[in-house]
Amino acid sequence: MEKIAFTQLKEELFHEKMDNGLEVYILPKAGFNKSFATFTTNYGSVDNHFKPLKETEFSKVPDGIAHFLEHKLFEKEDGDVFQQFSKQGASANAFTSFTRTAYLFSSTSDFNKNLTTLIDFVQDPYFSEKTVEKEKGIIGQEIKMYDDNADWRLYFGTIANMFHHHPVKIDIAGTVESIADITKDMLYECYNTFYHPSNMLLFVVGPVDVESTMKLIRDNQTNKGYNEQPDVERKFEDEPNTVAKKKEILKMNVQTPKVMIGIKATDVHLSGVQLLKRELATNIYLEMLFGKSSPLHEELYGEGLIDQSFSYDYTQERGFGFALVGGDSAKPEELTKSIFSILEKSKAGTGLNEESLHRTIKKKIGSFLRSLNSPEYIANQFTRYAFNDMNLFDVVSVLEKLTIEDIRKVAADLIAEERMTVCEVLPK
Amino acid sequence: MSIASDIIKEKSGYKLHVVRTDKYKTNTLVLKLKAPLTKEKVTYRALVPYVLQSNTSKYPTTPELRSYLDELYGASFYVDVAKKGEYQIVSFTIDIVNEKFLSDSAPLLEKAFDLLSEVIFHPKKNGEAFDPKTVSNEIRSLKQRLQSISDDKMRYSATRLVEEMCKAEPYALEASGNLEDLETITPESLFSYYQKMLAEDEIDLYVIGDIVESEVEALAEKYVSLKDREPVRLPRNTGKEVGKEKEVIENSDVKQGKLNIGYRTHVAYGDPDYYALQLFNGIFGGFSHSKLFINVREKASLAYYAASRLESHKGLLMVMAGIENVNYKQALEIIHAQMNEMKQGNFSEAELEQTKAVVKNQLLETIDVSRGLVEILYHNVISGQNISLDDWFAETERTTKEEIVAVGKKIQLDTIYFLTEAGVQE
Repeated sequence: MEKIAFTQLKEELFHEKMDNGLEVYILPKAGFNKSFATFTTNYGSVDNHFKPLKETEFSKVPDGIAHFLEHKLFEKEDGDVFQQFSKQGASANAFTSFTRTAYLFSSTSDFNKNLTTLIDFVQDPYFSEKTVEKEKGIIGQEIKMYDDNADWRLYFGTIANMFHHHPVKIDIAGTVESIADITKDMLYECYNTFYHPSNMLLFVVGPVDVESTMKLIRDNQTNKGYNEQPDVERKFEDEPNTVAKKKEILKMNVQTPKVMIGIKATDVHLSGVQLLKRELATNIYLEMLFGKSSPLHEELYGEGLIDQSFSYDYTQERGFGFALVGGDSAKPEELTKSIFSILEKSKAGTGLNEESLHRTIKKKIGSFLRSLNSPEYIANQFTRYAFNDMNLFDVVSVLEKLTIEDIRKVAADLIAEERMTVCEVLPK
Repeated sequence: MSIASDIIKEKSGYKLHVVRTDKYKTNTLVLKLKAPLTKEKVTYRALVPYVLQSNTSKYPTTPELRSYLDELYGASFYVDVAKKGEYQIVSFTIDIVNEKFLSDSAPLLEKAFDLLSEVIFHPKKNGEAFDPKTVSNEIRSLKQRLQSISDDKMRYSATRLVEEMCKAEPYALEASGNLEDLETITPESLFSYYQKMLAEDEIDLYVIGDIVESEVEALAEKYVSLKDREPVRLPRNTGKEVGKEKEVIENSDVKQGKLNIGYRTHVAYGDPDYYALQLFNGIFGGFSHSKLFINVREKASLAYYAASRLESHKGLLMVMAGIENVNYKQALEIIHAQMNEMKQGNFSEAELEQTKAVVKNQLLETIDVSRGLVEILYHNVISGQNISLDDWFAETERTTKEEIVAVGKKIQLDTIYFLTEAGVQE
């Protein structure tokens, strides 16, 4: 077990790699009632084309299967695991993102029992034809719930515009049609390929005893006798740099139009500190242009082009990256024009000066510290970072080193008309 | 395990609540202004905080105000308007880094007090009115937000249920106000109403973090001083006895039907059987082990979400489920059947124990977050009670099955609301 101390932050992180390859991290947090654990596999909705375990050929699986698997893992021969957790006073959940599937619980008592339940249920799949069929109705309703949600449609509409082939364009839950094809054998195939401990990370945060918790995990894993497993081979088609579609208009039952601009990133195979720097610098760039401290934001607000729903974000993971800017707007066309113009001018440095960079870095350091109040944030973000060879606790030091040249380089690299797209949700 | 409690001090015109804890990297200030919900003023109260958070006399534009917050290591400052029982509550929250986690350690807590005082007492003015441009911007923004709320169909159907169910009661009013009133508000009328809020509202200031009580008191006295007042306190009101239940079916262009059901419980926070009601709700629909989740979702495969929640001060129990439009009757039958099971006491001791454990867990988790802690403590202000978290836990622990069945007898179905595609349900 290694100990990593972050003196300024007054945090200590403990790490151990189990013999079967599982990465385990424990961050003790005194004073909290709640302990929180996430057990995450490096497997999400984009991993739909891969060599199944022990197979030599690549195969494609139906859209939405990673998310479907996440639902079904909670069900066991003798009932569902939610019951088990709540008997032990815990609250359990799970989520599937583009690149990860995470199982988690929080509890204020019986921590060891709950942690064991978490590890054991994820490592003991039970799928049957009957329960798989039953789940299709439930997930069908989840999909329809999102179909009625204009913000969600706008978000996925923008992403779908950007990509020609990359599976990030596919809705995480799939469609009612695509999940109809899922069988229990496909679930086992995906499970066996992606849920080996060497493809997973367990993060524990809370008022826990480090030694005994690590021992519990170690003993649990040793007893399960996992064999070594090779790394998963995934396949992605070559993705052009340009967007697939310049504009899409969705008509929905809304009163206020919504608009989102997507900018597709290049150099999407970065990892480690380079990726961390890219992500932080790009988010700072967007904040400098569009944050509430920016005179450009004030102008857009004053002209009635944006309201409180206006937001911006940049995300990048293995194989894809994009910036999103937008929100509710009574004048979507005008807003689009203004945003394009702000982005274009930023290439010449407009809106990007030393003073505002310095201030924005301070702001980001503050929000990072604030987010450390949240055990959920720490566990989820740490895992996402670790799967991309980054360290969450490097954020402050990377932020402190950013220069105005770094930010100008972001503008130069990111902004190009052929990599920008617009999606609108308009009233019917 | 630490069960937080607040030290309460009477200050001039408000109560100061101090909670000491060293678990956060930040310190939090929350100022709450409370008054009864009224048809006349609901939109004024919804608008005021957004005008105040835009700028101040010292920071006359939003970029200036926000740049100052950035300089304070990204102090976060936001406002909120909420409905609790028949009160409308306006909150201002400032969350600022505790300087001990920074390499440069200028004291920041006093800066947060100073800023709060600037926002509340020194708004950007034009004579005895708010700045007209700021007001017109915020009117436009609120208008769009109101439209956007009804564009969210899950939220829309929940709101429509309350409107139908509580017609003619103040509780039917939306805390975010309404479009009609927005047309009539002027910078003058808004400012004059704000002066009335400062003079008459019940005001509470919460300060949470790794702080020293005496220092916080001194800061509060220096930066926040108000005139003494006798705040309006509403009599306990959990609504009328239900005569005949209502069914409202509304057509809209939705892919999924949104079913919302409202019950009157006639029990509110502070009543001796409130703890039993909370457990009743927990077994019925509050969690993923509850009857609604098991029967509507897991067994019948009808929904992704099927749950219930309580409004603790008005005494309402609300069910919500998203279902296929054609499954309306079937879903209703299952939900009614679960309610009957509850009322007849058809739940096991094991279900009860399980629910006690998760209710307790939920409370403890809520108070791990400073905002959550404030909301829990604020229940006492709304209800005029003085219930400690220890009481809450102890009462939950000793509640019996008989008490839960007894509280079930008080619960009356009031209104069924279904938002559905035209032509599917007549």
